[in-house]
Amino acid sequence: MAKITMREAISQALMEEMDRDPKVFIMGEEVGVWGGTYAVTKGFFDKYGAMRVKDTPIAENAIIGGAIGAAMVGQRPVAELMTINFGFSAMDYIVNQAPKLHYMFGGQFTLPLVIRAVGGGGRQLGATHSQTPDAIFAHFPGLKVVSPGTPEDAKGLLKSAIRSNDPILFIEHATMYQVRGEVPEGEYTIPIGKSKVQRAGKDVTIVTYCKGLELSMKAAEELSREGIEVEVVDLRTLRPLDMEPIIESFKKTNRAVVVEEGWKSYGIGSEIVSRIYEEAFDYVDAPIIRVAQKEVPLPYNRTLEQAALPQVADIVAAVKEVLK
Amino acid sequence: MKKEQQLDLYYQMVLIRRLEERGAELYQAGKIGGFMHLYIGQEAVSTGLIAAREPRDRVITAYRDHGVALNCGISANEVMAELLGKATGMSKGKGGSMHMADTSKNMWGGHAIVGGHLPIASGFAIGDQYAGNDNITICMFGDGATNIGYFHEALNIAKTWGLRVLWVCENNQYGMGTSVDRASAVTEIRQKAEGYGMKNGQVDGMDVLKVYDAAKDALKFVRENSQPYLLEIDTYRFRGHSMGDPERYRKAEEVKKWQENDPIGIFNKQLLEKKVATAKALDEIEVRVEEEVAKAVEFAEASPEPAMEELYTDIYCD
Ligand SMILES: Cc1ncc(C[n+]2csc(CCOP(=O)(O)OP(=O)(O)O)c2C)c(N)n1
Ligand SMILES: [Mg+2]
Repeated sequence: MAKITMREAISQALMEEMDRDPKVFIMGEEVGVWGGTYAVTKGFFDKYGAMRVKDTPIAENAIIGGAIGAAMVGQRPVAELMTINFGFSAMDYIVNQAPKLHYMFGGQFTLPLVIRAVGGGGRQLGATHSQTPDAIFAHFPGLKVVSPGTPEDAKGLLKSAIRSNDPILFIEHATMYQVRGEVPEGEYTIPIGKSKVQRAGKDVTIVTYCKGLELSMKAAEELSREGIEVEVVDLRTLRPLDMEPIIESFKKTNRAVVVEEGWKSYGIGSEIVSRIYEEAFDYVDAPIIRVAQKEVPLPYNRTLEQAALPQVADIVAAVKEVLK
Repeated sequence: MKKEQQLDLYYQMVLIRRLEERGAELYQAGKIGGFMHLYIGQEAVSTGLIAAREPRDRVITAYRDHGVALNCGISANEVMAELLGKATGMSKGKGGSMHMADTSKNMWGGHAIVGGHLPIASGFAIGDQYAGNDNITICMFGDGATNIGYFHEALNIAKTWGLRVLWVCENNQYGMGTSVDRASAVTEIRQKAEGYGMKNGQVDGMDVLKVYDAAKDALKFVRENSQPYLLEIDTYRFRGHSMGDPERYRKAEEVKKWQENDPIGIFNKQLLEKKVATAKALDEIEVRVEEEVAKAVEFAEASPEPAMEELYTDIYCD
């Protein structure tokens, strides 16, 4: 096992798939000469050239619409949204076209398309540039939404996404590119649509993903020192949602906390909590608590922004609350 | 132009430069966060342009907005305080570098979604047309912003409905690391107005007086004809796109060549050669600006952080 960063993991997945399949190409803003805003595609332009690493104009509709078209005629584009917030400028293509075109034409069209998008707050970028709107995208049947929390998962899931014939939104977190983790040596993929227990425990189940995983693992460490053993289940894929490991864990712990970075109302947590109540009501020993972002647009000021974002301490407090 | 006004323009340009140089230092020191896009090199553009407006004309721009804010009359204190995220900033520390506005100065904001403010500018003009006044909306944006659909939708409706908008493209040759010729089908941005039958012009953005004259003419046209106009202003940013730009996309010689065309240096020379000002008078302006910037930093550092309750204010009106 090698220890690499999230950035390296994503970069490796892209490179391995580009080497494996000539149909795979990248298009997006500043992916080429600049090397990617978050340096994920550094060196790609020199290695693969302008045809396979396309620097686009600032034109999100042309990027996503164009990638859809190229995918429909048989290529395997990886389109990049510099940040997920700019996806709103191309919302029609992401939620109203890509998820429908296969179904609406009776399965004739296929869209082997990946949209990589950088989301998340915590960098003082202000209200329009700091969002975690994952739940919105996960609302649409026909679109798959993946959002990994470890380098191992990022690499394996991105490789699967590129090989998949479905349109997939792959959400990364702007503050996690330096996160390090072990990845297997050599070739591997991880199936889309499978949740995973990232830490075993017996007292409380934490359900989370992406940035929430980083925070929850820290909270778990802290709680463990106080003798509380939480089990952390990582969604990894938001749609299709795999409830199995969650329900299995909950049947053991009977208590849960759901952690996400996005807003609480109508969020990922709302979905998970309802599903637990629907599928395991008899096992509920305490009300399930959601830890999420305060219901405000994110401010620039650092202190206020941090106060609005979920913190490790919030998770620790929530776990203690469900144990009461 | 009267001597006093020329000196005032010079003062404004120097103020933008020095304030941003201090801003860059404070950013390196970790006192400013987020994205900060410097206007250094482009000062003549907004300085000449905004000097040509009537106070009733509205201004809206993108995130590269510190210069525009100062030109519109927002104080150095407030600009610096907003950069530091303090309660005394014009956006109470909630907006930061990219979101400076003061409607009392008819400055309607820096906006961070590329091209997103262009249809809103059309909307200002729709509102003013509806009110029956002859206000003009001056909408500034970069070369990169002319490649997104927003630009085309906004220009089309402005021409079709006879909206009083002065569209100002600040062509600084790059959108982030992408040069105009790599992103735009035509490199002369003003040609894009032709497709909409819109009157247009182009001017050297390193010469503040030329910018002023071109803006005066364009504003006159818009006001009298009730028609939009696209003015392309050619310029260059001397610094990276934002703080921490590795600048792999352009050569040091290219930057150097443009820096020899420093808009402040050019204007300084003009003022001396035409005997509008003495070297001593220009030095005094430098000193005045240094003091103003030092005071602004002091003010901003001494200002309070926004109160925690501010997290929940301004979300809704009612
Ligand atoms: C819709 C959208 N896409 C992408 C971005 C990221 N972005 C911010 S500034 C910028 C470059 C804009 O270039 P230009 O319009 O020429 O303005 P300049 O920065 O040169 O002043 C990009 C791509 C954004 N803010 N909004
Ligand atoms: Mg530009």
